[in-house]
Amino acid sequence: MATTGTEELSGIGSDEGASGDGVRRRDFIEIAAVSAAGVGALATLVPLVSQMAPSKDVLAESTTELDVSAIETGQAIKAVFRKQPVFVRNLTPAEIEAANAVDVGSLRDPQTLAERTKEGHENWLITMGVCTHLGCVPLGAAEGEPRGEFGGYFCPCHGSHYDTAARIRKGPAPLNLEVPEYTFTTDTTVVIG
Amino acid sequence: MSFPWAKNYEPVNPVMRFFDEKLPLPRFVYNAVGAGYPVPRNLSYLWNFGVLAGFCLVLQIVTGVILAMHYAANAGVAFNSVEHIMRDVNWGWLMRYAHANGASFFFVVIYIHIFRGFFYSSYKAPREMIWLIGVVIFLLMMATAFMGYVLPWGQMSFWGAKVITGLFGAIPFVGEPLQVWLLGGFAPDNAALNRFFSLHFLLPFVIAGAVILHIWALHIPGSSNPTGVEVKTESDTLPFHPYFTAKDGFGLGVFLIIYMAFVFFLPNYLGHPDNYIPANPLSTPAHIVPEWYFWPFYAILRAFTGDLTIPLLGIQIIPAKLLGVLAMFSAILVWFFLPWLDKSPVRSGHYRPLFRKFFWFGLIPTMLVLFWCGGAPAEEPYVMLSQLATAYYFAHFLIILPIISSIERPERLPSSITEAVLGTDKPATAAA
Repeated sequence: MATTGTEELSGIGSDEGASGDGVRRRDFIEIAAVSAAGVGALATLVPLVSQMAPSKDVLAESTTELDVSAIETGQAIKAVFRKQPVFVRNLTPAEIEAANAVDVGSLRDPQTLAERTKEGHENWLITMGVCTHLGCVPLGAAEGEPRGEFGGYFCPCHGSHYDTAARIRKGPAPLNLEVPEYTFTTDTTVVIG
Repeated sequence: MSFPWAKNYEPVNPVMRFFDEKLPLPRFVYNAVGAGYPVPRNLSYLWNFGVLAGFCLVLQIVTGVILAMHYAANAGVAFNSVEHIMRDVNWGWLMRYAHANGASFFFVVIYIHIFRGFFYSSYKAPREMIWLIGVVIFLLMMATAFMGYVLPWGQMSFWGAKVITGLFGAIPFVGEPLQVWLLGGFAPDNAALNRFFSLHFLLPFVIAGAVILHIWALHIPGSSNPTGVEVKTESDTLPFHPYFTAKDGFGLGVFLIIYMAFVFFLPNYLGHPDNYIPANPLSTPAHIVPEWYFWPFYAILRAFTGDLTIPLLGIQIIPAKLLGVLAMFSAILVWFFLPWLDKSPVRSGHYRPLFRKFFWFGLIPTMLVLFWCGGAPAEEPYVMLSQLATAYYFAHFLIILPIISSIERPERLPSSITEAVLGTDKPATAAA
C-alpha cells in the first residue's frame, strides 16, 4: 500500500513493512481489535441465550411440599409439581406383593419397586403423572378411574399400561413413570424437587 | 436478468419519472411483476399458486397484526382474550376466523405449489436455489403455524405444545435441558406462551424476506412451464402484466370464493373442538392431534414404534421416540436433495411415462394415506399403514426417483414452447 499524505500526517504509515516479513504493526492492531470485538460479541450471546431458561419465579415453584397423612391405604392423589401432575399413592400390601412378584429381567425398563421408593416408606409410590410416550396424563390416580391391566395406571392416549410400581408393562411408552427427586422430611410430609 | 426482449421501464408520468430517478423502485416492481417480466405463454392454472401463497402471507400478516392489538399473551387471560376478540371486539370474529382459516388455506395453497414442483421437477437446474429457499420457507411456515396454534391456550394448544417440545426432549444428552430452555419452564406455561407469541409475530416477516429471495432467484432463469422446455425466443413468452396478472386475478377470485365460504359458513370445520376448552395441565385430551396440515408428518413421527437395536445382542442404538423425530424432520429435509436425486434431463412429468406413474400411483396415494393416518388414533390398522406409507415415502425420494431417472425413456419433447402451444414453431402473427 502506498503511503498517503493523511497517513504521514497521522504518523502511523511510517513503520510500514518495518519487520521485513510483510507483517505490519498495524496488522497486529487490526487482528487484536477484531478479536476483542469478536469476544465481546460472543459474550453478548450469554444473556441473549440464558434469558430463555426458566426465570427465578418459575424456579421458585420448583419444589412442592405435601402432607400425605390423609391418604388411606389403596388411595392415590394427584398433586402439582413444576406445573405437571405428580401421583402419590399409598400402596396396599397386595399391590406391593404384586409388584415384587414380577421378574425384573422381563421388564422393558427393569427396576424393582424398592428402587422406585424410599427405604422405610415402601408403601409410598410417588411418580410423575406424565406418560413417557408422548406426555399425556395417565388415569388411575383418582377414585373410579381405570387402572389398566396391571392395576397401576392406564394412559388413554395410546394405551400404555403401568403396573403397581408404575412400571411400563404394555403399550408404546418406552420407560416407567418417572420418579421425581423427593425426601420424607417427617413421616407424613414429602418434599418433591 | 431475464430475457433480452424484456420491456424497459419508461415512465410517462412526471411524478413517476422523478421517483424513478431518485429511487428506481417503480422500475423494480415493473421488472418483477409488471410488463417487464416475460413469462412462458403456456403457464397453466397450477402456476397461480405462487401468487396465491404471497396473497395468503399478506392476509395472515394483516389479520395477525390486528389480532395482536386485542390478544393478551398471558397464560391467565389468553383464552379469555380470544373469546373477547370473538364477542366484544368490532369485527373481531371475522379477523380471527379469517386468520385461523387463512392458515389452513395458506397450507392448501403451499401444498399444491410444492406438488406442482414435484410433478414438473421445478427443482432442477437452473432453478435449484428457488427450490432450496422454498423448502426453507415451508419449514418457517410450519414453525410459525405451530406457535400460532398455541396462542389461544386451549387444550389442543397446550398439549400440542407439550408433545412438540417433547420431541426435542428425545434428543440424546441435551434433549431435556434443551426442552426446559425452549419452554422457559418444566412444562408449557406463561414463559412459553409469551415467547411463542413473540416469535409468531416475528417469523412471518422472516418468511416475507425469504419470499423476496425466492422471487429474486426465480427471476434469474425466469419461470418454468408445463412443458419443461426452456424459453428460446420472444414468441415463447408473454409479459407478466397484463396477461398473467389477469390470469392470477381470476385464480385469486376462485380462491377467495372457497376461502370465504369456509370463513363464513364453516369457520370451525378445520379446527379441533377441544381447543375451545381452556388449557388444563392436569387433564389430557383423549386424542391429541395437530392441525390437519401436519397430519402426514405426524403419521411419520408415530410410525416408529420399535427401538433400533443390534440384532441378537439387543443393544439399543436409537430409541423409537428419537427415530420418529429424526424421520419426521428427514421427511422434509429430503426435499433439499431432490435436485440431485432426480437426474433425468427432462423436467415435465408430461413427458416422463415412468415417473408419472410413480407420481400418481405412488407418491400421491402415499401422502393421502399418511394424511389420513396422522389424523387417526394411534392404533391398528393406522400404525401399520403409517409404517408402510413412511417406507414408501422415503423409498420414493431416495431409491425410486434416482432409478427412474436412469432407466426411463422420456417421450419426445416439443422443440419449443411455441410449438407446444400452436403446433408449429412459427410465431403466429396474432400472438402478442
